[in-house]
Formats: sequence, structure tokens, C-alpha cells
Amino acid sequence: MISTKKPKVAFFDFAGCEGCQLTVIDTLQSHPELLEAVEIVQFREAMSERDEDFEIAFVEGSYSRPSDKQRLNQIREQAKFVIALGACAHIGGVNALRNAKPMQEVRRTVYDHRADHYEAGKALPIAAAIPVDAFIPGCPIDRHEFIRAVKTLLQGFLPEIPDYPLCVECKLRENDCLYNRNEPCLGPIIRAGCSALCTTFGVGCEGCRGLIPNPNIESLKEVMAEHGLSQSMIEAKLSLFMTNELKDFEVVYHGS
Amino acid sequence: MAASHRQRLEIDVHHITRVEGHGNIVVNTQNGKVIKCELQIVEAPRFFEAILRNQPYQNASHLSSRICGICAVTHATTSLRATEIALGIEPTEQTVLLRKLNLCAEMIDSHILHVYMLVAPDLLGIGSVFPLAKSAPEVVHRALRMKKVAGDLSAAIGGRHTHPIAMTVGGFTHLPTNGELSSIGERLEGMSKDLEETVNLFKDLSFPTFERETEYIALQADNEYCLLDGHISSSDGGTWPIERYQDVTNEMMVDHSTAKHAQNLRSSYMVGALSRFRLNYKDLHPEAKSVAQELDLSPDCINPYKITIAQIVEIVQCAEEAISIIEQLLENGLYPEDPVSPSRLSGEGVGACEAPRGTLYHHYVIEDGLIVDANCITPTAQNLANIEADMKELVASRMDQPLDETRLALEMLVRAYDPCISCSTHMLDIRFI
Repeated sequence: MISTKKPKVAFFDFAGCEGCQLTVIDTLQSHPELLEAVEIVQFREAMSERDEDFEIAFVEGSYSRPSDKQRLNQIREQAKFVIALGACAHIGGVNALRNAKPMQEVRRTVYDHRADHYEAGKALPIAAAIPVDAFIPGCPIDRHEFIRAVKTLLQGFLPEIPDYPLCVECKLRENDCLYNRNEPCLGPIIRAGCSALCTTFGVGCEGCRGLIPNPNIESLKEVMAEHGLSQSMIEAKLSLFMTNELKDFEVVYHGS
Repeated sequence: MAASHRQRLEIDVHHITRVEGHGNIVVNTQNGKVIKCELQIVEAPRFFEAILRNQPYQNASHLSSRICGICAVTHATTSLRATEIALGIEPTEQTVLLRKLNLCAEMIDSHILHVYMLVAPDLLGIGSVFPLAKSAPEVVHRALRMKKVAGDLSAAIGGRHTHPIAMTVGGFTHLPTNGELSSIGERLEGMSKDLEETVNLFKDLSFPTFERETEYIALQADNEYCLLDGHISSSDGGTWPIERYQDVTNEMMVDHSTAKHAQNLRSSYMVGALSRFRLNYKDLHPEAKSVAQELDLSPDCINPYKITIAQIVEIVQCAEEAISIIEQLLENGLYPEDPVSPSRLSGEGVGACEAPRGTLYHHYVIEDGLIVDANCITPTAQNLANIEADMKELVASRMDQPLDETRLALEMLVRAYDPCISCSTHMLDIRFI
């Protein structure tokens, strides 16, 4: 159980764009009362004070350097709940695209002869380093889902994230299916919860919220091919956010 | 005075707070001389140039907006311009107006975040904006209210502010309605009272008096306060077409930073609100000029702490500009149009925009629809050498001052530049011609 006093909440950032923390700040525009309900004790992007006593830890960004491990262990030891905040923390996010290429080549592309000067490994979910109690998916997170998650945590429960596909929400918004316009979309295999924002704005789902349980990926690949997408475009579409997830999926279903 | 000089002064600020991304300040002096004075960039590398390589050009803007959560619209727009120039695409007037409108929205949003939530706590002697929610709730609510207008404008255009959805190569996949635009136009006009209060708040706060002249660089265009396209202009004289940006940025590697340093005509230069204000003063809206006067900011200001004041002037400028763009769009009537198709699938292009913290460049080489080389130079990377030059002079001028005050003065200096460290790090592909 979370204590009856105002729970202490901390935010941490690893490799990422800090857009999810900004979305948290933006939730205050419509829900300033959140500040009444919790005590924020660490939020480097917005505050100078720092307190190592916290019950709920929101962790943004990917786990990408061996040196991150120690800090993550400390967070895990201290917090009652560790919540992965956003796609980078949940599934590695776009950072994971580099995992598909040899790391030395990636380093040399950006840093040339000084490639070895910087510490960097594969971009992995936070759960690859420490056990995580829950995740809030998306790139960036959906602010309504964040508020729901905080309310649930304050009652001592873990937030529940939808495990049905995006198509459900897209239909509820009465959008015309983007495949009718030959626009590729990952909706059938991706977790809902974003109110189908991208498809409503005319862009096929890019998969930032990660796979639903038991996705039929092969069937979706066929659909995309039927709509004229080349194999390499299909791969580019699928891997934008899901390089790590697809690799895990391959291992589970087809052996390594 | 020499006698009062401390023999040794050491400052080590690990992970500066209230800035975007991870940076350290390290200062070391001996016998009154500055031995070491660095802004260390320790952000985890993210390798965007490597990630962009071999991606279909259609993915580039959505990928590169993920470089930064604060300036996502500017990264997306700059990326789209680089792609469009490479592929021979001329966007329509409506597309250009909507993009400029979205850049104004992002500028307002980012500047309010910076002046109210990142800078103001220093001037008010508190550690963050959160305690203000109790002691002066009207100040916090005012900031959030203005930020929401800007965020809602961005959301009407792109679907959301952080990582816009509807902006695509050659145009938009979705348009705001006339009703959405006119209602936001009214809210922008209704912001004038909040803007006035903002000016009153900052008019009474005192900024450190440090001054150091440097080279100031910004985009410039005829008869507008330029945020998109145009040409590169320097306060030391000279203009450059955008595709010659490398003649201006001259990036080099330094040991203590995962971001590179830049220099043009002097050993360092400044980009951002103060540079734009100085170089494009004559193109400011009269309302913004009068706010500058009220805040006592003149176009020959050389105090980097006053970047914050220039940002307040730009909030007014961008609000006025947004109102006038909305009027123009409504007068034309928003009309659905398909994104313009590429005239070729191979080519090379450089895009440039003014991000809230300064000039941003994206440079792509595209072959058969795939990005084969990408280079991205961010404003913070360009400012780093200048920030360090300021830090050195600041430390040298404060040898006999209390250590805590100097540490705070240094942190405030770094914050004034509104650095976006996630953006600045590891953003260079040196294999370019």
C-alpha cells in the first residue's frame, strides 16, 4: 500500500528526448490539482531540490549504458513502484533502431575516429536492467492515460493499459480505414490507449505503444504487401519503434 | 584586490538542474588563473545520424522530431525542408503559413516554459516552480494558461505539440478547421493581459550585470522576423545562403563533450533569442518593440543573462505573428490539398529554422528514396563554445566572490542559454563534403 500521507514521487531520465516529462508538465495545464495530491521530490528538468526518499519512480528513456545500471538499481531499491514512462523506457523506442546495426559502425558514423571515446551500448527497455511494475506506453505518453495511471497508483493499484488493438479505438472514432487510401498502418497489431490520435490526423499507426499480446504480424505484412509496399518499406515501418519487440517475438515464436 | 583572491577555486555541478538534458559544470582555478572551465555534456549518445541512414525519406521528419521533446516542431519542419529541397518539392502558400504558425506556437510554448519554470525560480530564490503553486498560484496558473493556448494551437495543426503527426513531406495529412483556428486566434488576442503581467513580473526582477560581446548569428529574411528558411546573417557582417551553413558552423570535436563546438568569425558565436532580437530588431512587431523598451532591452545588449528578456519579447512577437497568420489563413479559407509529390527521388538538401534556442540545420543526401547521409547541427551545439567563453570571463571576474554565489551565477548563465542538451549531443557526421 501507498502511505496515507502525500506520496513522494520522483522522475528520472535516461536516453531519450524528455518529451514524456514535458507531457507530464503539460498535464498540469488541465490538472493543476495533481500537485496537491503528490509531493514531487525529484524532477531534474524542472527542479533543483533532490530527495532520495520516494515511493513512486517514473523512469523515462532507454537503458543504454552499463553505467546506468547502478542508478537504476538504486531507484529500484528505494521505490515501491517503478513505472516505465514512454516508449524509450517501455520498449527502447526509436533509440533501438541502432540495435539492428553493428554498434561499432553506428559509433563511427557519428563520431568517426573518436568512436571509442563515448560509452554506449544497445538501447534497451528499463525492464532489461531492473524489474518494472508497470509501464505507460507511447511516444510521447498520452496525457490522459498518465493522469489515469497516477490516480490508480494513488489508490495503491497498478495502472492497467489496454491490450486490445488500436483498430478498436480508431473504429470508435469512426475514422475511415487508412488502408482504403493505401496508407500503411500498424493498427491491427498495436496496443490501443492513445485514442487513435495518429490515424485521426491522417498518418498510419507507427507502433509507438508496442505489440498487443499474440499479434498476427505475418498477416499484417501480407496486407501491407497487397497495398503495394515493398519488403524493405514493410521492414522500415515495423521497426521504427519495435526493433526490440520484434526480435523478442522472433525468438519466442520461431526460435533464435 | 589581488590579496583577497582565493588561491584555489573549485566548482563541480553534477547534472545541472532545470535544463533539458544532462550537463556538468566544472571549474578549476589556481593562483587567480582559470585552469579549467567547462560545460561538460554527458548526455547518453543517441546516434540519430546513424539511425536516419537507410530510412525511407518519408520517415525522416517523424524520426528526427524524436531528437527533442521541446523543439519537436522545429526539428520536424527543418527535416521536411531538407527533404523537400533534396527532392525538388515546392510547398504551397497554405503549407508555409501553417508551418510558420506552428513554429510560433512552439516558440511561445518553449519560451514560457523557460522563463517561468526554468529561469524565474533563480530570480525568486527558490528551487523550482512547484512551491509557487502554493505561494503565488496566480503566477503558475498564468504560465500554464498561456502555455496551453500555444499547445492547443500546435495540437490543432499537428495533432499534438510533442512529436507532431500531420506535418509531412510536401504538406499536411490533416488540416485544422476554420472554427478551431478562429477560436485559438481569439484566445491569443485574449492573452494580452497575461503578457502584460509577465512583463510586469520580469520588469521588477534583477538580472546579473555580466557583459561580454560576441558574434551573433541568426536567420534573416526580407520584411519578417525570420523563423523559417531565409539566409544566415552575422552581427560581424556577412550573409550566407543556408546550403553554405558549414562555412559558418565549422564544427570541431572537444574532449569533454558528446556535442561538438562551433566557431565562425571569432572563437565562438551565439544563436537564439538575443541573436535574433539583435539582428532582426527592425522586423519586430510594434507591440514587441514596445515591450522591449519597457523591459529596457536594446538591440546592442551584450548581457547573456538577458536572453530571457529577449525571449519575453519574442513571446509577444510570436503571439502577434500567429494572430496575423491566422487572419490570413481565414481570409484565404483553409482548403484541402494533397501533399506535393517529389519531382525526383535522389538529391541533397539543407533545411534551416529558428528553434526557440537558435538556428537548427538538417542536411540530407537521399538516393532512390533512402537517406544515405544525414547531418544535423543544433543551436545548443553552436552555443557551447560561447557559453564556455562566457563562463571563463565570469569566473575570472568573480575570483574574490563567495563560492556559492559564483556557482549559482554559472548555473544561471548556462540556464539563460536555454540549452537543449538531448539535441546538442552527438549530432554530427564528419564525412560531409
